[in-house]
Amino acid sequence: MMPKLNASNAVAALLCIALVLLPVYSAITGNIFILTLFTRIAIYALAAASLNLIMGYGGMMSFGHAAYLGIGGYAVGILAAEGIGSGFIQWPVALAVSALFALLIGALSLRTRGVYFIMITLAFAQMAYYVASALSRYGGDDGLTVYKRSDFAGLINLSDRTQFYYLCLGCLFGGLYLIWRIVNSRFGLVVQGVRSNEQRMQAIGFHANRYRLVCFVIAGTICGLAGALLANNTDFVSPAVMYWTRSGDLMVMVILGGMGSLFGPVVGAIVYLLLEELLSQFTEYSGLILGPVLLLIVLFARGGIMGLLGRMSRG
Amino acid sequence: MAEPLLRVDNLVRRYGGITATDNLSMEVVPGELHAIIGPNGAGKTTLISQLTGQVMPNSGTIYFAGRDVTSLPSYKRSRLGLARSFQITSLLKDFSAIDNVALAAQAHDGHSFRFWGNARKERQLREVARAALERVGLGKRADIVVSQLSHGEQRELELAVALATKPQLLLLDEPMAGLGVTESARMVALLKELRKEVTIVLVEHDMEAVFALADRITVLVYGRVIACGVPDAIRKDEEVKRAYLGEQHAVTRHD
Repeated sequence: MMPKLNASNAVAALLCIALVLLPVYSAITGNIFILTLFTRIAIYALAAASLNLIMGYGGMMSFGHAAYLGIGGYAVGILAAEGIGSGFIQWPVALAVSALFALLIGALSLRTRGVYFIMITLAFAQMAYYVASALSRYGGDDGLTVYKRSDFAGLINLSDRTQFYYLCLGCLFGGLYLIWRIVNSRFGLVVQGVRSNEQRMQAIGFHANRYRLVCFVIAGTICGLAGALLANNTDFVSPAVMYWTRSGDLMVMVILGGMGSLFGPVVGAIVYLLLEELLSQFTEYSGLILGPVLLLIVLFARGGIMGLLGRMSRG
Repeated sequence: MAEPLLRVDNLVRRYGGITATDNLSMEVVPGELHAIIGPNGAGKTTLISQLTGQVMPNSGTIYFAGRDVTSLPSYKRSRLGLARSFQITSLLKDFSAIDNVALAAQAHDGHSFRFWGNARKERQLREVARAALERVGLGKRADIVVSQLSHGEQRELELAVALATKPQLLLLDEPMAGLGVTESARMVALLKELRKEVTIVLVEHDMEAVFALADRITVLVYGRVIACGVPDAIRKDEEVKRAYLGEQHAVTRHD
């Protein structure tokens, strides 16, 4: 299908252009802050997009998705601390460990549905959180400083603000493209079919859980990449990135932007993190504003911001 | 008589104190349209669900195409050529009609661990789906989202989905449920066509339809077979008459 020209697609296209041109704006105005802010936004958008793959398209309400942010981050941090600075080793390890963790908790938690699934994914993420807190060799509760960013043999310099921003943006676009291909593939249709009516999918000959598990692993792996980026961005990784409130933040981004919409999580991450940033200048209780905003979205705009735009363009 | 396509031996399924399927045995031979009738609560849907593997029996055996399928999960039975339609329409509501059917075709075209190509552009899947839709008279409604289809159209779509799995045996659970007079007539005409190609087990309340279509009829009461035979024999059967005149207690007490 050719993408149609409607409000939500137009917003997505404009957004992409704005994100690509952001470093130019930053260089002209000398506003460095905006570049670092949007680096963070791009990373969280990638994490939220991966959550959207299982939550929006797959109907799997994982409440432990931030675990992969930590796992990807710790893979980079621990390897760096042990003297392995090459990104060519750090990043594949980060992805592999995230995939393995997703395979393990997916195989167990996908036996359950609904509230139990939410609770079991939450429990696993909290376990990861406490394990990280107990890693006294790697900072324990206080976290682990990454003294040197991943080294890609001069190919790209992660300590350069602009280069690192484009790397994050490239990972985000790459992740979105991958998700877009997956969602429209045979595999993606099966996963969405299972979300819609599992019994029916079994009856026509699909082993539903096998597809759900693979989808769960793909999402975890993509989020592990976001974790590796995040550790490089903050030069630091701590158990806090895995805490359940962080998983909640990711869910809010997805719901705010629009579940089951490709660009929804990107819009959600931008709006959520910008609001948080803006509100923090006026009040330390930014949740007082963010909470009601989310409430309104859930009550009156089920498809999130992207859904709202879609309805507007249909008139 | 030919080797049965489906054979059920001494099937039992209990729900708490209730025996929904009570030592039930029956056979379906290739090419026939075998109707299952019975008053409400006779265990017809429970039987169908056990045949397709959504519900597992407490005891007994189910043979399909000469193979013991009693412990196979439903997705594996579907691959062997056993398809069902649901009494309460069970479709992918937020998918278009053709997507529903194409997924059924895809399920029987090898595994679906293909992550890259656009499945909606696979011509061969779309063609199978379109043909199945044409078959049931929904050719012009292919791109409509299921939730926008009328109840009658959804019933027809149920059939198209089942057909797209290229079944050897089609289990239809009340395909006429909730249909108006004209819609029912269309469905009967459609089933008359389909029966030429595929063996059908039909559960139905609409007696007119059943007697018009069936080669053989099995009558269930309280999970038990009380009669099985050609329509004329069933029409004359005293026990069946009693069951349908509301004297079900007499039927259950005597044995």
